[in-house]
Amino acid sequence: MAVLQQVFFIALLATIFWLVYRRASLIRSTILLGKSEDRTDQPGKRLSTMLRVAFGQKKMFDRPLIGVLHFAVYIGFILINIEILEIVLDGVLGTHRIFAPALGSFYVYLIGFFEILAFGVLLACVIFLIRRSIVHVDRFQPEKHREMSGWPQLDGKLILIFEIVLMLAILSMNAADSVLQEMGDPHYTQTGSFLFSQFLKPLFTGWEPDALVIYERFAWWLHIIGIFVFAIYLTYSKHLHIVLAFPNTYFARLSPKGKMNNMPEITSEVKVMIGLENQNADSVVPERFGAKDVGDLSWKNLMDAYSCTECGRCTEACPANITGKKLSPRKIMMDTRDRLEDVGRNMQANGGIFVPDDKNLIGDYILEEEILACTSCNACVQECPVLINPLDIILQLRRYKIMDEAKAPGSWNMMFQNLDTNQAPWKFSPGDRFNWADAIK
Amino acid sequence: MEENSYKVPTMAEMAAENETPEVLFWVGCAGSFDDRYKKVTVAFVKILNKAKVKFAVLGTEESCTGDPARRAGNEFTFQMLAMSNIQVLDMYGVKKIVTACPHCFNTLKNEYPELGGNYEVLHHSEYLQQLIDEGRVRPENGETFKGKKVTFHDSCYLGRANDIYEAPRHVLEALDADLFEMKRSKVKGLCCGAGGGQMFKEPEKGNKDINIERIEEALATGADTIAVACPFCMIMMTDGLKNKEKEDSVRIYDIAELVAKANGL
Ligand code: SF4
Ligand code: SF4
Repeated sequence: MAVLQQVFFIALLATIFWLVYRRASLIRSTILLGKSEDRTDQPGKRLSTMLRVAFGQKKMFDRPLIGVLHFAVYIGFILINIEILEIVLDGVLGTHRIFAPALGSFYVYLIGFFEILAFGVLLACVIFLIRRSIVHVDRFQPEKHREMSGWPQLDGKLILIFEIVLMLAILSMNAADSVLQEMGDPHYTQTGSFLFSQFLKPLFTGWEPDALVIYERFAWWLHIIGIFVFAIYLTYSKHLHIVLAFPNTYFARLSPKGKMNNMPEITSEVKVMIGLENQNADSVVPERFGAKDVGDLSWKNLMDAYSCTECGRCTEACPANITGKKLSPRKIMMDTRDRLEDVGRNMQANGGIFVPDDKNLIGDYILEEEILACTSCNACVQECPVLINPLDIILQLRRYKIMDEAKAPGSWNMMFQNLDTNQAPWKFSPGDRFNWADAIK
Repeated sequence: MEENSYKVPTMAEMAAENETPEVLFWVGCAGSFDDRYKKVTVAFVKILNKAKVKFAVLGTEESCTGDPARRAGNEFTFQMLAMSNIQVLDMYGVKKIVTACPHCFNTLKNEYPELGGNYEVLHHSEYLQQLIDEGRVRPENGETFKGKKVTFHDSCYLGRANDIYEAPRHVLEALDADLFEMKRSKVKGLCCGAGGGQMFKEPEKGNKDINIERIEEALATGADTIAVACPFCMIMMTDGLKNKEKEDSVRIYDIAELVAKANGL
């Protein structure tokens, strides 16, 4: 029986590893569809940014209460991994609480510590769930934000329920375990009662030993299978930010927020036009200006899309969104991810190669109206807790609309014309530029 | 000081006399052509004169930095303008630039280097702060702002884009005014609605214009003076104020105008 359990466990573990690996490589290859962009300079600054923002959760503490709750879930998630290590080893080797003998009395403290974490996670998740379902936080409401209807809504809640179940499983498992220890079951290593689960022991008084063992095993399996399912689930969910927040903050843009990326392919052409350079025979004209689809964006834009937690802090601060325009920077990120997921499925179905599907990020996912409404104010960039830059994507899509499709609003075309002929956005003669000084000279 | 004693030397004049100014004042398109912002340009020139700063302007040799073209997605027009501006600036050997426009400031400072134009660029709020700190400008002989309620509207291109929040506030504090912050200010500041080329087109459909939302916030502070540090913010906020029919009780000034007033300029 025990051996059977071990075999099953090992097979399950291998399957999970394989499934997660397959998903991770697909995500990786879709990110790599993006254009290259060097984000390896200033490693020291990058590392400290990552430590502050991802490890230290700096931006989460902009809102102290949410910051503390999120921190509880985060720290619980990281440290409970140590306990999962024990569970996995027990599962593979058919042992029970393999760390207990070696750690001696320290083991009780360790588990006690994990129980504090588990309780913290439980509490935070319950509060978050209430916040999402009962107290209506504006930015999570699908009625107010169309990108939140359906799956994103459910996704946000599912994970909380998931965590609550996992934490209840682990606490009740520990309680059943200590009752079994007291009964002297030889398989259950003597450790003594644990910090939180001791209060759950009354639930199990009067149970037959067999029933207790069954419950203990049930909770054990529930917990570990839950974690396995979670590992796969997160690759399909906004919870991928748990992993990607780290590389994403490491590779975040370090230049001033106001700086727009240059287009060197245009620089050489302009140099020829104003006579600074001779026509270079082997200069290549790019096939496209700006971004039409995900492949035209940089790999970092695409990593941003997978890192988005759909928290909507960007959208909440966006002046266009605040005043009822269609633009929502969160939607820009979610659309980019949706497009990437579609491209990924396409690649998977076609042996790793993307077969054109007549769809594009702009038009089929993101509307022209959305990208035209952006004031490039950087509020979204400022707010994002994982240093995503929605503005960068918006501006690249805009470049495509304006330069490649030549689809600018009429008044912008007027402005461009004025700039070309009068060197000012308005229709004034360049010769009048200095007239203001007549007033005081 | 007599009206006609103000000097506005151009780079060309300076070069003809083999002189180099301490700083180039980059006026910008709004500062050159917009009737309201021309007053700010004049106020700033008066301050420069009073502080005995050796400055010059490009005059008719100046062109748009290209910011509105670039943000609207037209990289060609942007780079054409940028390259020819860089040619002019380099021809005169310009090292230091000051401008009252956060958009010009951002473009000259952050975007010209990649195209070969490297200058020390200051926004007039930073420059005014320096002049005040150095004692070259101090409130005197003019209007007193003691006890006046002032609120400051952060320009996105000064604030979030370049992390300049304190310099304009420092200038206002030097005037002894009482500064009231809006609900959204500094990093959380709300855009006036003009950036990203929006100034030059109708806004997309929504339920409100951005400048209306912002002026409501400014009015909610109870301030009678709204200070700005950007020509586009000035235009948008002024429109908002008209919309609310509050032009008589509330005034909008650029920080340079307030400094000039305090000095009786
Ligand atoms: S930069 Fe654009 S998308 Fe981002 S908050 Fe400002 S207006 Fe919205
Ligand atoms: S882009 Fe950033 S701020 Fe916006 S929803 Fe995603 S994670 Fe949140």
